[in-house]
Amino acid sequence: MLKKPVYMDNHATTRVDSRVLDAMVPYFIEKFGNAASRNHSFGWEAEEAVDRSRNQIAALIGAKSKEIIFTSGATESDNLAIKGVVEFYKDKGNHIISCVTEHKAVLDSCRALERAGKATVTYLPVDKYGMVDPDAVRRAITDNTVLITIMWANNEIGTIHPIAEIGRIAKEKGIIFHCDAVQAIGKVPVDFEKAGVDLASITAHKIYGPKGIGAIYVRSKGPRVRLTPQMDGGGHERGMRSGTLNVPGIVGLGAACEIAGMEMPEEARRLIQLRSQLQAGLFERLDEIYVNGHPTERLPGNLNVSFAYVEGESLLMGINDIAVSSGSACTSATLEPSYVIRALGIDDELAHSSIRFGLGRFNTLEEVDYVTDRVSKEVKRLREMSPLYEMAKEGIDLKSVNWKS
Amino acid sequence: MAYSDKVIEHYNNPRNVGSFAKDEPNVGTGVVGAPECGDVMKLQLKIGDDGVIEDARFKTFGCGSAIASSSYVTELVKGKHIDEAITIKNTVIVKELNLPPVKIHCSVLAEDAIKAAIADWRKRKADHAASSEEQLPKSKEA
Repeated sequence: MLKKPVYMDNHATTRVDSRVLDAMVPYFIEKFGNAASRNHSFGWEAEEAVDRSRNQIAALIGAKSKEIIFTSGATESDNLAIKGVVEFYKDKGNHIISCVTEHKAVLDSCRALERAGKATVTYLPVDKYGMVDPDAVRRAITDNTVLITIMWANNEIGTIHPIAEIGRIAKEKGIIFHCDAVQAIGKVPVDFEKAGVDLASITAHKIYGPKGIGAIYVRSKGPRVRLTPQMDGGGHERGMRSGTLNVPGIVGLGAACEIAGMEMPEEARRLIQLRSQLQAGLFERLDEIYVNGHPTERLPGNLNVSFAYVEGESLLMGINDIAVSSGSACTSATLEPSYVIRALGIDDELAHSSIRFGLGRFNTLEEVDYVTDRVSKEVKRLREMSPLYEMAKEGIDLKSVNWKS
Repeated sequence: MAYSDKVIEHYNNPRNVGSFAKDEPNVGTGVVGAPECGDVMKLQLKIGDDGVIEDARFKTFGCGSAIASSSYVTELVKGKHIDEAITIKNTVIVKELNLPPVKIHCSVLAEDAIKAAIADWRKRKADHAASSEEQLPKSKEA
């Protein structure tokens, strides 16, 4: 029997894997020590657990364990990477290269530096699949450029950027390369050393770990990357991030990475199959629907679709026993649709009509069939109610209409 | 976001969805909003020669609150004289459907749709009268 509501919003967050939780539990009560306590067994136990976690994380992402600095999550990691580099290397320059489809934690960190007069930022456009052009990165580099920050995979449309190529360009020009890899690690093979990434943001709750714990990868050699800390205190984490370590969270992040590493090939294959089934099912039942994002360079669990003539928020309301998200910003005060979808150059109307399906470890074929059926029926119902669908069927070109808004 | 029970009720059971034939002489059609803003409402009113709204139909592209606002409006205007219907304020819709501040624009759009539909009906009536007058002298000549 299908359990409802169906959760298909795994880019937003994921359920904690029970194996992860089992690993964490002892560190709340029996082994509650402070990893910084050097003079008793409680501290040693905690430190040992933290070291084990660093190894587990490093093994997943092509890093050395000492290159892992724990933070509260990816937002903190993005802030620390971007502000930390710009402040530390201020004598070298103040120019950042980023991209219009980055996560808000990256974009707003950049904007904060711009507002403070500490940096100028180039926001590169993307192509119709949401991909940044490595040559555009190269062309944007100036003598003043100190940082390139481009995500590994996009959280809305799942597009995977050509990170290794950008990494090569960054190495060639001697510019530090930060990568928000939150959506990619544990989902697709990631090797920061090989890809030429110098700083990377990761978080546990997107890979079936707990919320509130993340890390930043900081390259130690070739080059050794330095950061100005954004949190002052006891000098934890090699002085880059003060604050008592969240040991249970860290254990959870480590366990989540280890499981992801072991199960990735099989899980990715299964998710691609489920996604193909979902996509094929929707296309079979509905006309005028469009996939947003890259056809092949895409996260296994991601499917972003625009259902023409149907507004996304009203569709979500109709499928209220399914948890997905919409690029329609009808809920926001700005009334602007998703900036990521708009950056693809598609019509705003289609941006308002977009739905993101995020498949994950715990989704089943039965759920995919249910979602396909439910979404198709609701889209058909709403189209019967849509003046745009009626006009399109009458052969009216919606772009030729002089809308009075 | 949480929707009021009344918005959900109208969304699940919208009243008077559909279209009248556009060439019916006693039908006024109002289309307001724009696709790129995520809201388009089409409201059609069937209006008697005495100016009383006999029937109404709507189609809406938009969020649940926009659909509910237009559905409610079709119920609200039926049986009213256009002079009265044209004075309907969006605040009536906001109150009935318990719309939150971010959804006020849906009610404004619904108010605009009523005005647009009535204006269209008046224009069509005037055009019709004008064209019949034009035809009169012609028939005399013939």
